[in-house]
Amino acid sequence: MLEKAITGRAGYWIWVLLLLSAIGAGFITYLFQLKEGLGITGMSRDVSWGFYIAQFTYLVGVAASAVMLVIPYYLHHYKKFGKITIFGEFVAVAAVTMCLLFIIVDLGQPQRCLNVLAYPTPGSILFWDMVVLNGYLFLNIVIGWTVLGAERKGIAAPHWVKPLIYLSIPWAVSIHTVTAFLYAGLPGRHYWLTAILAARFLASAFCSGPAILVLLMLILRKLTKFDAGKEAIQSLAKIIAYAMFLNVFFVLLELFTAFYSNIPGHQHTFVYLFHGLHGYGKLVPFMWTSAVLGVTSLGLMIIPSVRKCEPVLAITLVLLIIATWIDKGLGLVAGGFIPNPLEHITEYFPTIPELIITAGIYASGALILTVLYKVAVGVKEENEA
Amino acid sequence: MENGRRKFLKIAGAAALGLGVKPVIDAVAGADEPVKYVAREGALQAKRWAMVVDTRKFTQELAEECRKVCHAEHNVPEIENPKHEIKWIWSETFEHAFPGHEHEYSDPDVMTRPFMVLCNHCDDPACVRVCPTKATFKREDGIVLMDMHRCIGCRFCMAACPFGARSFNWKDPRPYIGETNDEFPTRMKGVVEKCNFCAERLAKGVMPACVEVCKDKECLFFGDLDDPESEVRKVLSTNHTVRRKAELGTNPMVYYII
Repeated sequence: MLEKAITGRAGYWIWVLLLLSAIGAGFITYLFQLKEGLGITGMSRDVSWGFYIAQFTYLVGVAASAVMLVIPYYLHHYKKFGKITIFGEFVAVAAVTMCLLFIIVDLGQPQRCLNVLAYPTPGSILFWDMVVLNGYLFLNIVIGWTVLGAERKGIAAPHWVKPLIYLSIPWAVSIHTVTAFLYAGLPGRHYWLTAILAARFLASAFCSGPAILVLLMLILRKLTKFDAGKEAIQSLAKIIAYAMFLNVFFVLLELFTAFYSNIPGHQHTFVYLFHGLHGYGKLVPFMWTSAVLGVTSLGLMIIPSVRKCEPVLAITLVLLIIATWIDKGLGLVAGGFIPNPLEHITEYFPTIPELIITAGIYASGALILTVLYKVAVGVKEENEA
Repeated sequence: MENGRRKFLKIAGAAALGLGVKPVIDAVAGADEPVKYVAREGALQAKRWAMVVDTRKFTQELAEECRKVCHAEHNVPEIENPKHEIKWIWSETFEHAFPGHEHEYSDPDVMTRPFMVLCNHCDDPACVRVCPTKATFKREDGIVLMDMHRCIGCRFCMAACPFGARSFNWKDPRPYIGETNDEFPTRMKGVVEKCNFCAERLAKGVMPACVEVCKDKECLFFGDLDDPESEVRKVLSTNHTVRRKAELGTNPMVYYII
């Protein structure tokens, strides 16, 4: 099936070349980071995780969101998702691959990463994150490829793949839960030390992931003969609206606990992020952008007529993606470290090399997604012809 | 023949599974157990090492002397940029060592006094719990140590430590070391480090470097918490002491007399 990825129009190859050059730039910058150390990033003794780990966290959510297609299609036999479930699974493959790359580039001694296997430490959440992420990647590659292969031959998927599909459902929930546990179990990091963190992560994942998928489906409709179908997109839009509602609701719960209890430690990071603390407030404009776009997109998403108008829906989803990305991909990780345990403030902002490496990894994910989508669309076009 | 081959494959499969599972089971069984070690002859030994800081007797000069001696002894680089700084022991003001405990009528003498902060060598260390490779571990005598050759530089321990005691080598530290002490290893970029309660000195039968600096001033006590006759126990029973963020349950082993 992979041969479908090596035939394409000029536009396809220009896109692939563009991605390859971004990957190349990221890779060269990474070699520079490998030589110089992580000091070329904006991270510091106080903010010891930054953009890389934040992107990893965001993308775990995108990966987990495939389950929002798998559950309706495989558990509730919602046929309209039959055509697009494979695309959700392939988004998961690309997203988990990016997650693993973001972890690798964040390591101080990446050549020692197999120490995690050589000295397995079940008490460490990072050990479990490694297990669930790799497992999820494996599940989605096997399921996606097998189901697509069967579809190409016009036969039913083999029986052994069904248990794997059912397994992938709790597995998807597990990857984001375990990722939340990386943060939520640390003493003295008040912003993260909240029982609702995993639930918040899942809610923001289940709106942002499907939002990305809907945009991808609209792009595919423009560029190829493949049409996801109006009804499938509308169903996804409803899922996104519910999940975004929960996401905003959970954030409000956090705010209530922090500010009604009036416990300073629980408020510090919120104050830093939305108002600035002791004169430091680099992230304030970003966080307000996130809040305004988040509430706006939610408001628009719950109006049926807005949802039903696809061009407006597309714009709304872009707002929603920006809002959730800033919340998780910028505020969550850096914010958790500010102020530091001694209540000093060191601010964080990614550096240019850090952004180039990040862009390189996103380009790798986009390339994987492009190739997988090329194959999937090819198979579907072939079958329709 | 068919039967034989199947049987063989079954047994081989089960054996392979067993071999794969064994290290995981061992790891689960051994999780969180303190690491045993063999003390050399003449080494200072304890069941539970602990430190008491008498902040009343500390001066800025003495605090700076402790920091300098410790950092020289352990090849800690002097990096100007606070973002990339490596610190094993340093002084903070009260409001930063004990955030939330200051108030507007606090004794100005206490507020300006230097408070030595360092790794607390917690009895329930969060850093050890989160490390994915056991590169940081707690020894039988309570000292929390680092294996710099095993550390992958994930910095999970830095996120977990509620005392900001850990530093990461954001770049090659060697050019920033004044005079290298050949008795102690230098580090490479990409690994985490922190105070080791001078485990290398205890092994040779001498007290930690900072304790030695403060010997005549009687403001830093170090000894076995498990021994009722030890100096630290006597100091603890005759003075009111506090620990940093004891409410977090990590059980810090550095006590402060205010």
